Amino acid sequence: MMPFNDVGLASGLLCGFLFGYVLENAGFGSPCKLTAQFRLSDWSVFKVMFTAIVVTAVGLYLLRVAGVLAPDSVYVPPAFLGAVAIGGAFIGAGFAVGGYCPGTSVVGMFSGRVDGLLFSLGLVAGTWVFAGAFDAVEGWTTAGDSAAGDTLPLALGLPEWLILAVLVAAAVAIFIVGGRIEQRFNGPLDADASMRD
Amino acid sequence: MNPSAPSSPTRPFWPPLVAGLALGLVLLLTFVLTGHGLGATGFFTRLAAWSGGVVAFDSTYDNPYLGPLLDDGKPLASWITWQVLGVALGALAASWSAGRFKVRLDGIHRTRRLSRGLMAFGGGALAGFGARVAAGCTSGVGLSGSATLAVAGFVFLGAFFAAGLLASRLVKGGPQ
Repeated sequence: MMPFNDVGLASGLLCGFLFGYVLENAGFGSPCKLTAQFRLSDWSVFKVMFTAIVVTAVGLYLLRVAGVLAPDSVYVPPAFLGAVAIGGAFIGAGFAVGGYCPGTSVVGMFSGRVDGLLFSLGLVAGTWVFAGAFDAVEGWTTAGDSAAGDTLPLALGLPEWLILAVLVAAAVAIFIVGGRIEQRFNGPLDADASMRD
Repeated sequence: MNPSAPSSPTRPFWPPLVAGLALGLVLLLTFVLTGHGLGATGFFTRLAAWSGGVVAFDSTYDNPYLGPLLDDGKPLASWITWQVLGVALGALAASWSAGRFKVRLDGIHRTRRLSRGLMAFGGGALAGFGARVAAGCTSGVGLSGSATLAVAGFVFLGAFFAAGLLASRLVKGGPQ
């Protein structure tokens, strides 16, 4: 029965290699392309993330329905909604200012970007600041605990297939709306533009 | 032929739909193999504990957040470390094979080098701090969490994009 709960070296290297390979090919090593999402001139971040979320969510659902994936067997982050809102806001601001999120800074660094390395060093510094202030900010990490349930189907009391259908519709809408807004600018940033100084 | 064109042509990025389908399949594979999703900042937390242990062992060991990671003496020995190492190798393979590897300070179109360097570091520090509050980052909570239909994942993404939209308007000199 799945999952295999294999947290060894080979599984880490394999999943990570594929993750990094796809992110770089999506253009997500480029801080200009990544932050263009926040200027609304390039919707690739929304498009790629939402497509991936839908594919994985539907895949997990189908594997569970088929009886090959054990129910309640994959990790679901707890609904500390205040904590993820505060943390998400810090990461969004850091992304807009610095050009990356933690994962993509590694991709930027390993496509030759010195600013990706600097962002990664900043991540370590930010972690030290958090650890130094831990007594003061510990309460933030469990803020806004939602008693309604950790997943959307539980919290909203709706069947999972309906949530998935809404997510598919949202993904289609992002492609249509994002594509139109992109064309009002100069279109998404392509690989050639990402190489110019 | 344009003689000023680079000798190694840059291959285009994958279309977002293709990249999104591929990323979804990789994330699904990760869940099936390990029981959890993809991440990044778990590694940086361990790197902070390890480097803190090298620079100032006593104060890192006494720290209530990083200290426990030093208990077994091997703070980096974890699945997330191998996964981030894999990300580095995968990104290197992809950028190199597509003619997109180039050492440079990127995103300085309207910015000076020093300013871009400081903002990259400062943005990283903000993100590093925030990732500890949220117990994860864009990959771990936003992407992997939302893929399990976690409420936390979608709230994270909402706050992340709202703050990013706001910050990119208020703060001048971000990469572009």
